[in-house]
Amino acid sequence: MKVLVFNPQLCDGCHVCEETCSQRWFKEVNAEKSAIRISASEDQPGRYQATVCNQCGECIDICPVLALTRDKHGIVRINKKLCTGCLSCVGFCPILAMYIHPDYVVPFKCIACGECAKACPTGALSIEDLPEAPLTETEKRMKVVAS
Amino acid sequence: MKAAEKKQTALQILAEYRYTPPKVERGYANQTLYVNVSDYTIAAKPVDEKMKHTFVGGRGFGLWLLWNAVKGTTRWNDPENEVILSSGPIGGTTVYPGSGKSIAVSLSPLTGTVMDSNVGGHFGPLLKFAGWDAIEVQGKSDKEVIIFVDGNKGLVQIIAAPALADDNHVLPEQLLELFAETPEDRIGISSVSTGPGAEHTLMGCLNVSFYDPRRKFVRLKQAGRGGIGTVFRHKKVKALVVKYIGVKGDSNGPANWAELTEVGKRMHREIYEQDPIMNDMRSNGTPYLVSIMNEFDLLPVHNFRYGSHPEATKLYNTEFRKYFSLGIPDGCWYGCTLACSRCVERFQPRTGPYQGQWVHVDGPEYETIAGVGSNCGVFDPHAVLEANFYCDAYGIDTISFGTALAFAMECYEAGILNKERTGGLELRFGNAEALLETLHQMGQGKGFGVIVGQGVRRMKQLFAEKYGADPAFLQDIGMECKGLEYSEYVSKESVAQQGGYGLANKGPQHDEAWLIFMDAVTKQIPTFEDKAEALHYFPMFRTWFSLNGLCKLPWNDVEPADNKRKYPPRLAARVPEHVRNYIQLFTAVTGREDVKEPEDLVLMSERVYNFQRIFNLKMGFGTREHDAIPYRSMGPVTVEEYESRAERYDQQLREIGFEPEGKSTEEKLAALRKYREQRYESLIDAVYKRRGWNAQGIPTLETVKRLGIDYPDVVALLKEHLR
Repeated sequence: MKVLVFNPQLCDGCHVCEETCSQRWFKEVNAEKSAIRISASEDQPGRYQATVCNQCGECIDICPVLALTRDKHGIVRINKKLCTGCLSCVGFCPILAMYIHPDYVVPFKCIACGECAKACPTGALSIEDLPEAPLTETEKRMKVVAS
Repeated sequence: MKAAEKKQTALQILAEYRYTPPKVERGYANQTLYVNVSDYTIAAKPVDEKMKHTFVGGRGFGLWLLWNAVKGTTRWNDPENEVILSSGPIGGTTVYPGSGKSIAVSLSPLTGTVMDSNVGGHFGPLLKFAGWDAIEVQGKSDKEVIIFVDGNKGLVQIIAAPALADDNHVLPEQLLELFAETPEDRIGISSVSTGPGAEHTLMGCLNVSFYDPRRKFVRLKQAGRGGIGTVFRHKKVKALVVKYIGVKGDSNGPANWAELTEVGKRMHREIYEQDPIMNDMRSNGTPYLVSIMNEFDLLPVHNFRYGSHPEATKLYNTEFRKYFSLGIPDGCWYGCTLACSRCVERFQPRTGPYQGQWVHVDGPEYETIAGVGSNCGVFDPHAVLEANFYCDAYGIDTISFGTALAFAMECYEAGILNKERTGGLELRFGNAEALLETLHQMGQGKGFGVIVGQGVRRMKQLFAEKYGADPAFLQDIGMECKGLEYSEYVSKESVAQQGGYGLANKGPQHDEAWLIFMDAVTKQIPTFEDKAEALHYFPMFRTWFSLNGLCKLPWNDVEPADNKRKYPPRLAARVPEHVRNYIQLFTAVTGREDVKEPEDLVLMSERVYNFQRIFNLKMGFGTREHDAIPYRSMGPVTVEEYESRAERYDQQLREIGFEPEGKSTEEKLAALRKYREQRYESLIDAVYKRRGWNAQGIPTLETVKRLGIDYPDVVALLKEHLR
């Protein structure tokens, strides 16, 4: 499955990825509308950490209306039409990589589009093909794959 | 033409009403729906600012609409009685857990006065998004009818019910197929219905549905208490069905979406972090309570004689977990991540019409396990699940059923009943087969089951009149107050909880106050004034949930990690941070700026709570004698009960200066009883005073003026009684 991978050794904290992401998806430069968030590392001074979806799929089992599914590339996607804006997925993301902005009623997340990786001046971001995540309870039941 | 359209075309429409669905603004659709099934009137009633300010919504709206619909002489089976459902301004919010409740209100066949019963499922929220803050059903139809509300089309219909199943394992599925035009519509449909047991007993529940898209069947939640399902069937209403496609995060029209996302996100995260290390509601549901109650001697056993039993371990959550399907959403409304609605997906009943078939069971809740399980001496999880299934299918309240049957079982063991009188049922504690047979009889409207279905109060009268049983003994062991059966906690060692039960407006349900731990275990409220304060604050605070369409569980079945460290015990019991959440939630939805402190929430409830007390007065109740409780809820009635906990009771007698040594158990029983009954009266005095009521338990004119509920008819009624 395709996943955006972050290398903390290479990140210099320029936040270009955040700007690129929000510009790509919300047509404005606003870190709070970015699906990737860069912050100073708590453990290693001078280093940075990224909060971004790792496509683990736990949110699929949280959504009450099946608005979250995994597409054929293994990327977890939100069906805006089905979403009831309950934000369960936001609160239950193990790594807090599902976001909501008050301008919208549907959450957003990284779908590994790769725009930020292309824009990253230090090469700290890359799209990689990782082994498939185990099937969620929902997937076992529904065998639903987003087209 | 699609199949569903064809089905609908074939329906006989008796009346039709078209409307433009209003946009829900700040939690309100600003109108309620009136439907009369006698003359087929369908009408909109406006909701004004005064109504919102005074009654808020939910239970408050139900009480106000019913107050205006009935007279003091109206009985439950008169056409002017109503069944009302309303959610409340927060109801339908998707971001905050537990925000999808509806409250049913009606005159109860069990109590003869006003009843409220809360329920999950999608009906209330979808009704509001369809444009109605409440539905009010009045009249009595001469044929079976369905009331259908299509919130997308702006259409209300009274439909002659086609041939549909009676039992509620099947009926809600049939309704779904009837009204869903496409498979995708299913998620936007919710029904209210009940089964044949509701017709044959006085303890009929309402089943409120929601469609589970993963399990692919209809789930049911119950408005169980007080026989509202019986009223529903008496009106010949087969079902209420609402359809609304398109629920979004802002469907409830919140005043401040940003604030709402903030508080909702925070609460979801708290549940994510705290629930697994606290009650694990997401895996256990309310059955987690069984072990706690058994260990603290609070689990009703054998008609509330005892608070624990060695075999109760067989009813622990660990036993039920084997049956549950877990790992997928189990909220009864969107966004409830506390997700306590347990489901047994594959269950095979051993008796009754579904014997040997595979069915699913919604539940069990703690109350059901304790009611039909331990209280009837049935320590078999399969039998409990089977009783749960048939209670829902027949439309019977599991609590009233369990408590009423436990009473009948004690009467059987005491020789008041025998096989001849029960028509062959051997109603001994622990006889699961007899329990289930009684239930099937209720479903079929035959045999002794119908007698049990009349409830404890009527059984007491019947057994005294017909079988010459001692009325005083029946009064002592018959666990009802105001005509409603007790819910499932042993209150003997907590006088505050005795008040929590005895003073509850609708009858002894624990949703007003659950004070046993703080009173009897941690002893945080030692004086009568302390207890009265708790019996003011908690019933008022909890009433607030029922005004707003909220569930109580996310308030204190999960807590912030530092709650107990940060606050002294009495304050921690209120979960101050969650109270702040509720203020933020209410403000974010309604935009009201006058609600800032916990006291403001309490004041909102006080208006409705006192109004409900006065409603009881209007119906001929609502005074001190109706707050009297059976002695079984206060202390040991029988010698064997006393002797089972002799050490505890002997010690208490010593503390009050009565030397138990050398006394007979009867003498000790009498001394303990005198003391405990006096304490209950002292408690009542203190609570009435704290609530601003007179010694007869009637709100004073000053109280109703302070609360702004001094409507002319309220004042006239009070003047009549305060003379």
